[in-house]
Amino acid sequence: MSALLEVADLRVTIGSTAAVRGASLTVNKGETHCLVGESGCGKSITALSVMGLLPRGAVRETTALRFAGEEIGRYGERQMERLRGDRMAMIFQEPMTSLNPAYTVGSQMTEVLRRHRGTPRAQAVDRAAELLARVGITAPGLRLGQYPHQLSGGLRQRVMIAMALMCDPELLIADEPTTALDVTVQAQILRLLAGLQKDLGLGILLITHDLGVVARVADRVSVMYAGEVVESAPTAALFAAPEHPYTRGLLTCVPVPGKVKRDEPLGSIPGVVPRIQPGFAGCGFRDRCAQANAACAGTIPRREAAAGHEVLCTLPPGWGGAAAA
Amino acid sequence: MLRFFLRRFAVAVLVALTVLTLAFLLTRVSGDLAVSIAGPNATQADVEAIREAYGLNRPLYVQYFDWLGRAVQGDFGQSYFFRDRVANLIAARMPVTVTLGLVGLAIALVVSLPLGILAAVREGTWIDRLVGLVAMIGQAMPSFWLGLVLMIVFGLQLGWVPISGVETWDGYILPGIVLAFSAIPSLTRLTRSGMIEALASDYIRTARAKGLTRLSILVKHGFRNAAIPVVSIAAVQLGFMLGGSIVIETVFALHGVGFLAWESISKNDFPVVQAVVLVLALIYIALTLFADLLNAVLDPRLRTA
Ligand SMILES: Nc1ncnc2c1ncn2[C@@H]1O[C@H](COP(=O)(O)OP(=O)(O)OP(=O)(O)O)[C@@H](O)[C@H]1O
Ligand code: SF4
Ligand SMILES: [Mg+2]
Repeated sequence: MSALLEVADLRVTIGSTAAVRGASLTVNKGETHCLVGESGCGKSITALSVMGLLPRGAVRETTALRFAGEEIGRYGERQMERLRGDRMAMIFQEPMTSLNPAYTVGSQMTEVLRRHRGTPRAQAVDRAAELLARVGITAPGLRLGQYPHQLSGGLRQRVMIAMALMCDPELLIADEPTTALDVTVQAQILRLLAGLQKDLGLGILLITHDLGVVARVADRVSVMYAGEVVESAPTAALFAAPEHPYTRGLLTCVPVPGKVKRDEPLGSIPGVVPRIQPGFAGCGFRDRCAQANAACAGTIPRREAAAGHEVLCTLPPGWGGAAAA
Repeated sequence: MLRFFLRRFAVAVLVALTVLTLAFLLTRVSGDLAVSIAGPNATQADVEAIREAYGLNRPLYVQYFDWLGRAVQGDFGQSYFFRDRVANLIAARMPVTVTLGLVGLAIALVVSLPLGILAAVREGTWIDRLVGLVAMIGQAMPSFWLGLVLMIVFGLQLGWVPISGVETWDGYILPGIVLAFSAIPSLTRLTRSGMIEALASDYIRTARAKGLTRLSILVKHGFRNAAIPVVSIAAVQLGFMLGGSIVIETVFALHGVGFLAWESISKNDFPVVQAVVLVLALIYIALTLFADLLNAVLDPRLRTA
């Protein structure tokens, strides 16, 4: 499999917060890569860094940020504009407010195609209707003429997904796309994403709190903590043999993949994610880690526990007996 | 949309009726109309004759409906001083005032919309602070003083524009600028705050994620939503400009409605004063109605509300 998105050693500083501190991850073509971690650990900032949509005042550094083999880290705003919405698209956690209240669904959807491809309006409308049908919206013709406030949250998120697909992107970033929706709708949206991924072969970077979702849809999982990817592995390997103490903590309440309780708060580790200042050294998890030792204040090694299974921790692979979780 | 329009229109009619009724009542409670029309040297017989001639001896409600009936037909009676129908006087003066108001509003919008957008885009920088400072200075400047200064510099010293009258179109420039100054500070601030709010919203993030150009993000997605409060205030400002142009029209010797009001007040020409006040109030009501309808076009959520 070839890499679609490669992020190496991403660092983002916002004011006096080191929001991301050397995160690396790879999304392969046609693969769903899940990014999990507690609130505030830098998942959204990582995603926004890839899209070039960081908030004002955020400073981004990477050793590599490659998209489809091309280094986009030094792209200017104009070049990023041309990629966004065309070859990489993003949907957000807030379906209720992510559409512009002043324009119809049709106008907002066709705009993408018109901007990137210069497609004539009539053709763009056809494409929009086709995609609305594709994401499971009945009566697409009616919906195209409606305004966002006339649609439910689930419908709006479907519209967002359809809009993201207008230009056939290679990469879709979905930042907690179901968190704001009720449970039955959540399941529908996730099935939809999984189906789209299979049919269209796009790479998906899915950010979620929900390990149940991960178990069902992810090919690969990266666990983030305090701005770092502390563990990254194929889904089965991660659930079968979690290495990082933080990952093990997350998984204690979800012992068997596939039989995961949904709506469970992520992990049961006491304490909260610390707000890390620039210049912080050592493991960010050490004040919550039961295994913390003297070495944890130094430089933490990145180890391979198995092929394609990386861990950022001072403990030896398989510590405390394999699959302690 | 139609229901929204009808309801909003009904409210406007109701407000207009209230204004008309108040105007009528005020003339009746502020003393005996026949006495004030007759003047200080009139005899009792003169007053009685006037009472008879103007129908002031009829019951109040009869007078009211009679007056109201004429007023809605645009009949405001005779001017005592100009020896002409009040309606004719106002109709003759209105174009100058309306043109002046529209020129003033246009200048105000052309200045304050870009300034407000610029300040919002550069929020917190020296550009933002400079715009805020300009708005503050604009607010503090008395319009007659600004009018005189502009007149001296551009009219007398540089000779670029006429200093009085509107025989040619460029006579509107200086008074238009002075009028605009009264509206620029509030319009700029409102545009700025509306844009800051819009630009921080999730749909702007979506627009950026779609790869739209900066111009499309700012204007099509940002300003469209920021414009709603601006439209309301612009309508109010235009109303102020039409009503408040007394000073400007006097300074620049423009024979508009404001100047007419000033003349009539000094001549005790009561029917004219009353009619001018009424007409301005009605225009004001019509303007806010228009602004609400425009907002309903801008914001689809208002239509179903
Ligand atoms: N606009 C911003 N200004 C300043 N700090 C920010 C901003 N956005 C995020 N941060 C900080 O960056 C860090 C990472 O935030 P991020 O939004 O990426 O977390 P997250 O993992 O997406 O959390 P959640 O699950 O709640 O969405 C946090 O410490 C947060 O306080
Ligand atoms: S590096 Fe140390 S503190 Fe951090 S997770 Fe590993 S053992 Fe715990
Ligand atoms: Mg987030």
